[in-house]
Amino acid sequence: MVQMDLQMKEARKIRTVPLLSIRDLRVWFELRRFGFGHAGYVKAVDGVNFDLRQGEAIAVVGESGCGKSSLMKTILGLNRPTSGSVVFEGRDLSTFDSKDLRWYRSQVGYVQQDPFGALAPFMTIQQILEEPLIINGVKDRGEREARLRRALEEVKLKPVEDYLAKFPHMLSGGQQQRVVIARAMILNPKLIVADEPVSMLDASVRVEILKLLRGLQASHNLAVIYITHDLSTVRYFSERIFVMYAGNVIERARVDDLLREARHPYTHALLAATSDPDAKNASVFREVPPGEPPSLVKPPGGCRFHPRCAHVIRGQCDVEFPPDFKIASDHLAACWLYK
Amino acid sequence: MIMQPITGLLEVENLVLHFRTTRGVMRAVDGVNLSLKHGEAVVVLGESGCGKSSLARAILRLLPRNVHAYSGKVVLEGRELMGLTDEDFRQNIRWAHISIVPQAAMNALNPVLKVGDQVAEPMMIYGGVKKEDALGNARKMFRHVGVPEDFLGRYAFELSGGMRQRVAIAMALVTAPDLIILDEPTSALDVLTQANIMNVLKRIKRELGVSYILITHDIATSSELADRVAVMYAGQIVEVSDAARFFNAPLHPYSQKLMASVPRLRGDQEPDFITGSPPSLLDLPKGCRFAPRCPLRFAKCDEEPPVTGTDGRLVKCWLSA
Amino acid sequence: MKAIQKSVTDLLRYPSAVAGLVLILGLLLISVYAMTTIPYTEAIRLWRGGEGVWHTNPINAQPAWTNFFRREKLPEGLTLSVADGTATRTVTAKADGLRQIDITYVFDYPYSGFPQELALFFTATYSVKQPYVSVTWLTPDGRKLRVMDASVGATDTYWFSQDPKLERRLGGERPAEGLFLAPGNGGQAAVPGRYELHVSALTFEADSDLDAEFVLYGRVHGPAGTDHLRRDLMVALLWGTPVALAFGLLAALGTTVFTMVIAAVGAWFGGWVDELIQRVTEINLVLPFLPILIMVGTFYSRSIWTILTVTILLSIFSGAIKGYRAIFLQVKESPYIEAARAYGAGRWRIIFRYLIPRIVPVLVPQLVTIIPTFVFLEASLAVLGLGDPVLPTWGKVIDDARANGAPFQGQFYWVLEPSFLLMLTGLAFAMLGFALDRVFNPRLRDV
Repeated sequence: MVQMDLQMKEARKIRTVPLLSIRDLRVWFELRRFGFGHAGYVKAVDGVNFDLRQGEAIAVVGESGCGKSSLMKTILGLNRPTSGSVVFEGRDLSTFDSKDLRWYRSQVGYVQQDPFGALAPFMTIQQILEEPLIINGVKDRGEREARLRRALEEVKLKPVEDYLAKFPHMLSGGQQQRVVIARAMILNPKLIVADEPVSMLDASVRVEILKLLRGLQASHNLAVIYITHDLSTVRYFSERIFVMYAGNVIERARVDDLLREARHPYTHALLAATSDPDAKNASVFREVPPGEPPSLVKPPGGCRFHPRCAHVIRGQCDVEFPPDFKIASDHLAACWLYK
Repeated sequence: MIMQPITGLLEVENLVLHFRTTRGVMRAVDGVNLSLKHGEAVVVLGESGCGKSSLARAILRLLPRNVHAYSGKVVLEGRELMGLTDEDFRQNIRWAHISIVPQAAMNALNPVLKVGDQVAEPMMIYGGVKKEDALGNARKMFRHVGVPEDFLGRYAFELSGGMRQRVAIAMALVTAPDLIILDEPTSALDVLTQANIMNVLKRIKRELGVSYILITHDIATSSELADRVAVMYAGQIVEVSDAARFFNAPLHPYSQKLMASVPRLRGDQEPDFITGSPPSLLDLPKGCRFAPRCPLRFAKCDEEPPVTGTDGRLVKCWLSA
Repeated sequence: MKAIQKSVTDLLRYPSAVAGLVLILGLLLISVYAMTTIPYTEAIRLWRGGEGVWHTNPINAQPAWTNFFRREKLPEGLTLSVADGTATRTVTAKADGLRQIDITYVFDYPYSGFPQELALFFTATYSVKQPYVSVTWLTPDGRKLRVMDASVGATDTYWFSQDPKLERRLGGERPAEGLFLAPGNGGQAAVPGRYELHVSALTFEADSDLDAEFVLYGRVHGPAGTDHLRRDLMVALLWGTPVALAFGLLAALGTTVFTMVIAAVGAWFGGWVDELIQRVTEINLVLPFLPILIMVGTFYSRSIWTILTVTILLSIFSGAIKGYRAIFLQVKESPYIEAARAYGAGRWRIIFRYLIPRIVPVLVPQLVTIIPTFVFLEASLAVLGLGDPVLPTWGKVIDDARANGAPFQGQFYWVLEPSFLLMLTGLAFAMLGFALDRVFNPRLRDV
């Protein structure tokens, strides 16, 4: 009886603790002059907070150089945070020893952008899928084989025999990406980090891959972080969107809210620049904010978007860094317009 | 303003470009017909490996060593180009009349030359212009494409991707060609940069009246520039249509499926996908090349479909025959 | 497996690869033949030479096949002995315990040229009194010439041409020539025909005995000829093949594998490890390679294994390390390596399982093409007098030829034979290597 109570409590606790919790994360890279001597930092990620629940899919949207890749690599344990914390199931990554780290890596799957580059060209599909299993101590050959067959079936590369002995270059881009997904899934992770998983693929297969990921997410109750610069694919895939600009998350909301009622001027600009196929597009010019994203070494003071912003409030936006303002429940925007 | 009458600029007839490979003959461009008027932008839409980049090379005669077959007709303003010698073509056509912004052009700039000199170079080579005049012209082109003039003296690595792409466009523009072939001009760029480049291309088209052949796989972005759309599949053009009607209701089943696969930001349409993958250009199916993936195929599709035209739209499909 | 099969089929499309492979196969067959027919210790014994090893061979004889190109054939050597059945021996007992032993050597001499020398190798047993021998020579035209009369010891050798008495008897002609001349012929050409040599011995003791081996030294010998120490060059040419191949292969393999692993380690770990490797390489690059080898050879050991080890050690930190490092630095950033890190692959696994296999395509052709470099190096060292003191190698044959002025005496075979094999080896590996380069680096393919 008592034991059952304890189990219940334990279960409830797990449900309330987010799967992944990121607090005030900063990832700075030191710049060196001529190989030594300090020359400033590239502040790739500069104060990011968020929680991710088990089974939830979020999208991180931003342009190249906004820090989304650095954020992703930090979550994957490939970068070390400069400050702040990444907490997985209540355990801080910085306290992990090598054994914990190995366990953690089995809990997080990684789907990369370029499927061909993500697969070792000299290995067969079987070898590629066996690698994570061997590394994580699955010694039994039969078990490895069974698991990799199951993984290939899950990504709908059937019949499995047709693929096992092939090399990556013999597969189409879509099939390669399925292998990458199978590899990410093979250790039964709780979290998948997908870095632009379809941007290198042809239009006709993009949706197929996104739907496959979505299906796996539902059937395995996976948490997914979907990193992209393409807003049009986001709503088919995730529940919440985080928009990043120059190392900060500047707006976050549920997908529909954000697409319908974006608040931050930068999010507006992104939406305005994204086109749907329509012959009318050819006759109009799109509104694009002037300039380019700032250097991450010396970002502008105050709001980092203010030099390009049409709604800039002089004396405030260029001086004070905007905190997150609550627009609605689950909708935050870091913009002084909404204080 | 009196609109310049739209007349024929380029006429491509039954263009063929096959490559010799270790695994057989690769039929990258397999009997392509395409026409282009002055001041018009034609989009060649297609997935990777459909031969669209080879089409650009075939028009510009930028051929690799392993050409197996190269034939057909390319007529520029009434002048047959296939008969010209390579040297003649290089001196009088390429860049003088037709220039190209190659794929990943922003990474194709010479890292040890100042970008201003690079933009001026085609004019000095093809136009015999003196360096000072060429640089002056380059400055003008920089203004057209929206690159600050003081960037003339910079090197490629000092520029962002978007700026480098603009420089590549300036380079294609500088000899005042009639036609610019744009091979995936925005594919590796961010959304805002993409929109910016598209704005630049639109403005150039309006101000200078150049024609474009835009080669891309990105349907949404292609609609930013297209007057007409040609859909390419497995080495052939399967549909040619004016943009307005194409983006509303494409005719060919492949175009329809392709259009349906585009995720849209606005509207509630659920995107679809095409099962299977395009055929290898080394081993093409008989009859309609899309038939194996086509949901609407029927017995006739085993035979080569004819190209039929209705209302100025061309489609290569038995359903329309 | 399939990939290897495919590479092989690709490779066989290149005629140069096929030619190279055939040549290499030939060299391998020679090696196997050499090692099975002449065991290692035997080869060394033969090459060291000494008493009784090469005494039946002529000095500096040309290869026998050169006769094919001559109208006037040069004589080949002959060795006649009772034991071989090429001579007859009769023993007749006489009074007082004396015995007469008669040995007759009969041979055809079809040449008009003269042999290099004639010799009789006696083996006699006795306790006090040496057997007494008289030797007579019978020409085809029936003349009988007295050669010598003397007592012989246990292992005496009688060199015909070193006998001044015989020379005087032949009217001042050198015996090896005079014995074959017709009288009054003017000393121009040997008389061809059947010759006979009689050895008639008297023994004076009960268990005293005598035997003799007759050797006619020709002017051509065997498929490869002989050197100044009567050694059959075939031994060196045959055994030089496995030595050269082994040296080349081991040195090439040793240097490329170590170089590659070190470059991979440096590129992967970066930091001070990389710095250290780079600096060591730079220092090594300015160190003079050959002088160090010469020093080691002069002061320490000229054993081929020592030289091989030093060669590998000095070549590991070569310029190639920089090239490999550049490739590794590029590969290190590949997404598939990043993926491997993300699923927890350890650093050594990444180096050996992910980095190194990536550059095998660059490595294999390079490995094959540098094999001859090391084969030549070994030969050059031998020419510099730093060859292995005991092993027969091509380089040492060239060195001997050079030291004895072979080219100035028309003994071209001595220089050309080992040089030809060296060049053949270089050609074979170069042809294979270039074809491999095309197979593994498709960019070089002219499809």
